[in-house]
Amino acid sequence: MKAVSTVRGRAVPLDRSNVDTDQIIPAKHLKRIERTGYGEFAFEAWRRDPDFVLNQPQYADAAIMLTRENFGSGSSREHAVWALDGLGIRAVVGVGFADIFRSNCFQGGMLTVELPSEDIDHLMNLTAERPETVIEVNLEDQKVSVVGGSWHRSFEIDPFRKYRLMRGLDDISMTLEYGPDIDSHESARPDWMPTASLV
Amino acid sequence: MSGRTLLDKIWKSHVIHSPLQEAARIDALTEGEMADHEDLLGERQEMLYIDLHLIHEVTSPQAFEGLRQAGRRVRRPDLTLATVDHNVPTIDRDLPNPDPLSATQIEVLRRNAEEFEITLFDIFDSRQGIVHIIGPEQGFTQPGMTIVCGDSHTSTHGAFGSLAFGIGTSEVEHVMATQTLRQSKPKTMSVEVTGELGPGVTAKDVILAIINRIGVHGGIGHVIEYRGQVIEDLSMEGRMTICNMSIEAGARAGLVAPDEKTFLYMKGRPQVPKGEDWDRAIEYWRSLPTDSDAVFDRVIVIDGTSIVPFVTWGTNPAQSVSVDGHVPDPAQAPEEQREAIQRALTYMDLAPGTPVRDISIDRVFIGSCTNGRIEDLRAAAGVVKGKRIANGVTAMVVPGSGLVKIQAEDEGLAEVFTDAGFEWRDAGCSMCLGMNPDILAPGERSASTSNRNFEGRQGPGGRTHLVSPEMAAAAAIAGHFTDLREVMA
Repeated sequence: MKAVSTVRGRAVPLDRSNVDTDQIIPAKHLKRIERTGYGEFAFEAWRRDPDFVLNQPQYADAAIMLTRENFGSGSSREHAVWALDGLGIRAVVGVGFADIFRSNCFQGGMLTVELPSEDIDHLMNLTAERPETVIEVNLEDQKVSVVGGSWHRSFEIDPFRKYRLMRGLDDISMTLEYGPDIDSHESARPDWMPTASLV
Repeated sequence: MSGRTLLDKIWKSHVIHSPLQEAARIDALTEGEMADHEDLLGERQEMLYIDLHLIHEVTSPQAFEGLRQAGRRVRRPDLTLATVDHNVPTIDRDLPNPDPLSATQIEVLRRNAEEFEITLFDIFDSRQGIVHIIGPEQGFTQPGMTIVCGDSHTSTHGAFGSLAFGIGTSEVEHVMATQTLRQSKPKTMSVEVTGELGPGVTAKDVILAIINRIGVHGGIGHVIEYRGQVIEDLSMEGRMTICNMSIEAGARAGLVAPDEKTFLYMKGRPQVPKGEDWDRAIEYWRSLPTDSDAVFDRVIVIDGTSIVPFVTWGTNPAQSVSVDGHVPDPAQAPEEQREAIQRALTYMDLAPGTPVRDISIDRVFIGSCTNGRIEDLRAAAGVVKGKRIANGVTAMVVPGSGLVKIQAEDEGLAEVFTDAGFEWRDAGCSMCLGMNPDILAPGERSASTSNRNFEGRQGPGGRTHLVSPEMAAAAAIAGHFTDLREVMA
């Protein structure tokens, strides 16, 4: 995983709650066996509407997506993160995120930032009125700010997640360091627990 | 000190290490690279051991590829079980797969299972089926276990008192390589459903009522434990239906305390312990239920006697109403909800105030990990028996597994369905998510026993109404939503 520190760019205001992962990437596009190539299908149904915000040229190169409550609800498909990444989005700023989606974002180095509703209102209005506004999400300082302005807000992130994101550490190699601990847990498991071998 | 919840007990018995240990270890490993050790003290993630990893064709290929690139093995292939379900055809399986991309995905899983020595219930194995149906069916799902799968409806297995939740593909790879996951401990929520259910009211209606009450994000960050008389009285199949849709309320997982009904359901299944092992296991399982003095982070109480047959009218599972009710009028809704309601009604092509019974349907789908078990098929067949589906309606039954299919055929249910005009298919996820050819055409409207009514979920432009198997069967006969008590009369 690449290290992440700061995301800076235009922000596209997707002013909806409960955006589910079937909208972000429809199931029929989950048949690829790679992690790439999903961007062109992101929000496929909504993009058929020429007025949809992602079709507006002023947001074409947005690096940040603004949203409301419960973004990424529904399916566990990590393809949703890969699809956003394919659109060029590197951070999602909203009121709230579905648990699995947030975890998937972390795995893919996509920042998720939770802010109170009134702060999202402010950013939605600002980016709707002045699409050229540049927003910065600074992971190290845990701060969202309007570049060239005075508005900024702090956000929370799990310290260990932050640590790993900033260094681009590979989760699996870190866990494998715990081999002996895993071994000792395994040796204490009851032998009647089910196994799937030679079924 | 107060008692412990079922979640507390399962969690504690699977934690391999605590965050502080991790901080110390990393500090040592990176030799001062980490400038501020204090940073990690607020870390909440713990490393959990995973007892069973279920995999399928759609969310595993990138994980296997990751293992190959890093030269890693699957740590415990014997705790990993694979099947094909999401995009398998449910008809003409002896013919070449009509979709080359799906065919490739299925073939890739086959090759990966072989290379990494993982048991695969392949397409012609009678044990093949929806991953959350076959776990309990084969007895892999047992109380007190941790179970994960790259699928959000893994919450189904919580009906046995096991902590089961969906994960993304990177986490699938992590579990493959390490048999562990890093997780923050969720908060606990008790949802108690009191009293008794009225006639014609099912487990599906109970969970739709719960989601309607707490909302599609009411459960975020929580594991819901379902409790109360209604839950105790439900069959294991009914409890699975409820736990299955925990994710539709945003919850990380659902749980039901294991009881005698659980043990009776499990006994004799292939992977369940036998003889003395059974006695040892059951002693442990009986220690798992939440202590009487345990405290939940959040408590919801729902009067079960007030629950009615539900139909969803909108584009998320909380947008539901009684079959006797009406589609809402945005003008009368709180201002902050108006736009979302209007957007849903526009997509669903419904006028505000339409009586639910006046909504005509084109398609009926009975199946899915929510309602594709034998009890669901029996219930639907009970409504259908001796009747014909309405003109203009296309209806299909997709059993949750090959074994459910065989059992239903043995019990004569398949004939009941086909006599009534239903199509009788092979096992898979099918029209629940529209990855195989079983999809709605744009504008078509379905009565579906599945779990999600999101826009386009069952096919682009398709309109989904979620209902119980009985209500779906009744709608197939009537051609529109109807109180199933009237169809059965």
